[in-house]
Parts: sequence; C-alpha cells; structure tokens
Amino acid sequence: MDFDNSKPIYLQIVDFFYENILKKRWNGDERIPSVREMAMMVEVNPNTAIRAFNYLQDLEVIYNKRGIGYFISPDGYDKVLEVKKREFMKETLPDVFKKMKLLNIEFKEVESSFENYKTDEDHEKK
Amino acid sequence: MITLNNLKFYFPKGKRVFDDVTLSFVAGNIYGLFGKNGEGKSTLMRIMSGLLFPKSGQCRVFDEDISKRTVSCLQNVFIVPEEFELNGLKITTYEQVNSVFYPKFSKDQFYELIAEFELSKDQKISTLSFGQKKKVLIAFGIATNTKLLLMDEPTNGLDIPSKSQFRKIMASVADEQRCIVISTHQVRDLHSLINHVVILNQCNIAFDYSLSKVSNHLWFGKPTQGPQESIIYAEPSFTGKSVLIREDREESEVDLELLFNAVLNNSDAINNVLKNTYHDHAV
Repeated sequence: MDFDNSKPIYLQIVDFFYENILKKRWNGDERIPSVREMAMMVEVNPNTAIRAFNYLQDLEVIYNKRGIGYFISPDGYDKVLEVKKREFMKETLPDVFKKMKLLNIEFKEVESSFENYKTDEDHEKK
Repeated sequence: MITLNNLKFYFPKGKRVFDDVTLSFVAGNIYGLFGKNGEGKSTLMRIMSGLLFPKSGQCRVFDEDISKRTVSCLQNVFIVPEEFELNGLKITTYEQVNSVFYPKFSKDQFYELIAEFELSKDQKISTLSFGQKKKVLIAFGIATNTKLLLMDEPTNGLDIPSKSQFRKIMASVADEQRCIVISTHQVRDLHSLINHVVILNQCNIAFDYSLSKVSNHLWFGKPTQGPQESIIYAEPSFTGKSVLIREDREESEVDLELLFNAVLNNSDAINNVLKNTYHDHAV
C-alpha cells in the first residue's frame, strides 16, 4: 500500500476498510482479516493496525467476537455511507466550490458533466 | 527490559562515540535508530549484543549485564549486522550448525522465510549475492525468535520487491514478547513499521519518543495560516514543509525525514514541546 504523507497511516487503513465496505466486498456480519493479517497486507506495525481496528470498533462499523475475530456490523454499510457523506459535504465540496469560484465555473456546467458521467457509467455497466 | 545506563564508549585513539547514554527499550515495539554516518548506530547495536564493551556504564539485557556474555542472555539476542561474512556452507548446514544456540529457533519458520525470499535450501551461501546472503541472515534472525532482535540497515542490498516482502514479514513477526531495533538511513523503506524513534547525535541521545506521542503533539506539513511562533522547524526550500506544535490541528502523519532534520537542527526546541506534555490521553 502506498501511503499519503499527510494523513495518519491508521486513518488510511480506515479508508481502506471504508472502500471495501462501500464497494460491498465486505458485507454485514462477514468476517474480515485479523489485525495481524491486515498489518501484513498493508506492511505496517501491528500497533498501527490495532489503532485502525479500535477506531472502527468505536464507530460500530466493525465488531469483535472474542476468540473468533472481527466482523462487519449488520448496519456497517449505512454507518460508513453516513460518515463518508458527511466527510464529502464538509471537506471535499468546499474545496471544489473554492476551485469553481476561482476558475469561474458555473454550476450548470458541472451539472451537465455529472449527468454525462452518470449515463457513461450506466452504459459501461451494461 | 533492555537498559543502557550512563554508557560511555570510545575507540582506542579514536573520537568519543558515546558520552553518557541512558536509554531503554521495551518489548512490543519496533524501534527506529537514526543518526548521521559515524554517529554510533552500529556501535550501539554491537554493545547491545555483547560484541563491544562500554568503557563505563552498563548495558543490561533482560536483567543481565550483556558484556558478561552469559548463555542465558546471549540466547535471547540476535543481531543482523550491516556487513558480515558467512561461510561457504549450504543453507541447511548453516541452519543446523547455528540453530542449536537458540532454544526458541523454529526450523519451519526459517524454511518458510527462505522460500518466501525465493532461495532454495540446498544453495551454497558462498554462491549467493550480497542481497541474498542478507536474506539468509534476516530469515535466520527472525526464526531464532529471540526476545531482542537487532537489525543494522536490513534493507540495504535488498531489491525493490524484497523490501516490501521484508515489511510484510516484520509486520507479521512483531509481537508483545519481542523487542526489535532497526537502524537505517532508508527512512522510506521502514517508516510504516517503526513505532518509536531514537536519534543519536553528537555522542548522545538527541531524541527518544514514541511516534504516537510525536503525532499527538507535533504537526507535519505545509502550514497555510496560524501564528509563526508555533513553527519549530521549517525546511528552507520553496516546497519546504514545517514541523509545528500541533495545537488543535488534525493529526498528521509523522514525516520522519523532517523530524530527523528538525532534531539535528535544534533538538531542544522539539524535546521541550514533548517533555511538557503531562496529560497524554493516548500512549
């Protein structure tokens, strides 16, 4: 895994979880890799991996069955969706707006690009 | 579990290496040992493995003076030196001859690692390249399962895929029972593995903190605004990044190269920030 320099590595591991959950590679009540497996997979100190697991457990995205391992919460998908949506609204969008203003881009232009993108993607799926 | 008390060391006719070094290492951590060339990283590791004796002071490893070189102490210590000579034995013979000294040696683990490093056990060590020899030694060191594992520039000589393999392997073997100390200049190779930083400078310990403490109290990056006084160190170049007192900023990943330069530039400034933090919520 390539790490971005600015974001703490444990949060980048959290993002890796989020992506797997949002893309439905990992579903509710499904068992996920152990702390050690995750540490190996992303080549980090196991303590860093534990921090990511604890963070996700506090958010109730994952839960621990003692002696068996970690699982995705039944409502894990909804929780992640909520978190990522909030993050998008609070962090990503303001950046986009700032650039739009700087470059004088109208909302209509963005809207039509977005419509095109959606139809293109639908075609690809078919 | 490993304590260095008021350690002094110098070579005959040479310059001083350690003035008065006091330091401890605890199991469950991977320590990164940094310092400029010739600052004594390898010397420190040799003292910790009983290969060199301090002029005064003591290095205690699991409650024994390592320089006494007792069997019970040495069987819990393994060092992978930066430069080494291995004899012309086959890998299997090397394992048979040397493994007897380490009661917790795992033969299965050793050959798994040998296979993972794409070596075959019937190869003669003298026919291997430097990097391959290093892999034999790394595999052996890990398989000894000693409580203290010292590695001096382990990624030197490893090819690109092997560096990633090395990180995977280290991530899988690090546990609460083991204390691992790695010295390196290749910060990028090992950044994600290390959770505690020790920096040697001018015959002393210039820095000794866990990365979680560092990222709790310092911030790394390009500051957009904020008071100048929170800047501890700034790289002089145009794209230069800075070390700041974190205050209420979002946590950032520790930039080890930047931290290293900042400590060499003015270790007091950084140490004062970290020293005056009594209420740490996270360890």
